[in-house]
Amino acid sequence: MSDGAQMRFKPGDRVRVRAEDRPGHIRTPWYVRGKTGWIEKIQGDFLNPELLAYGRDGMPKKTLYLVAFNEADVWGASQGPRDKVLVDIYDHWLDPAA
Amino acid sequence: MSESHDSRQAAQGHGHEHPRHELSYYAKRIYAIRDLLLEKGVITENDIQRQIEYQEARTPVNGAKLVARAWTDPDFKSRLIADPKAACAEMGIDATALNEFVVLENTENARHMVVCTLCSCYPRPILGRPPDWYKSFNYRQRAVNDPRGVMREFGLMLPDDVELRVHDSTADIRYLVLPLRPKGTENLSVAELEKLVTRDSMIGVTDPLPDVAK
Repeated sequence: MSDGAQMRFKPGDRVRVRAEDRPGHIRTPWYVRGKTGWIEKIQGDFLNPELLAYGRDGMPKKTLYLVAFNEADVWGASQGPRDKVLVDIYDHWLDPAA
Repeated sequence: MSESHDSRQAAQGHGHEHPRHELSYYAKRIYAIRDLLLEKGVITENDIQRQIEYQEARTPVNGAKLVARAWTDPDFKSRLIADPKAACAEMGIDATALNEFVVLENTENARHMVVCTLCSCYPRPILGRPPDWYKSFNYRQRAVNDPRGVMREFGLMLPDDVELRVHDSTADIRYLVLPLRPKGTENLSVAELEKLVTRDSMIGVTDPLPDVAK
């Protein structure tokens, strides 16, 4: 893509959220860091909020994915057998998972 | 509204009616920033007043109009889901302030609930300002780790076999839940249906009102 975003994943791909800890305007909630889910949908390419928040231009754009997690995979238990948590996560926070 | 009252008071230097030592840390900070912006001429009192009026003119009625029309017009519902911003424009609702806007359609088998665990992201052009509970730590924590418990507190017992999909709106997308049309409302007009569509049903924590006319 000309604006620099790379679409590394497609719907259905298993992904693991990076378990990073660093300061900044991070849009990846703690409770999914290190957790494994799958790509539900590709939301598009967006200016990087981690840069925008500090007055920078947000380039290069980052692909934003809707990532789905089984509730049990996040919390260890599930209230409803098919309940899910869905989180919008930028590309650079995701690694491929088996 | 108390907000505009407070801002007029403070802008005119009538702080003695609302002594600042009674304000929270963040309230003091925002008043200090506001006073500096006024003092340096970056914005005027009129700008602030107009912005307050703009914020308060946006209410959940916008969302209710979208939902009631979607209930009664399948073609509109398809357009609302395929291109929510264009569907808003069609209804005279200005959704241009939203970066991305996604409509989540509830079905008999799957329903949606929206939270922003990081802050208070909310589809303001469609639903107005978020309620205080939406911004509370309690809701932001429990919506993701005890969503069925939260729903029970709102009076909704969700059957186990219904899939609950909790959307954490962390980034550039704002979500609106399209609730199921209540049963027994076949004879209601669009205007009557709009009255059944509550704000909370569009956040996904409750169902729309039943047909109260019966």
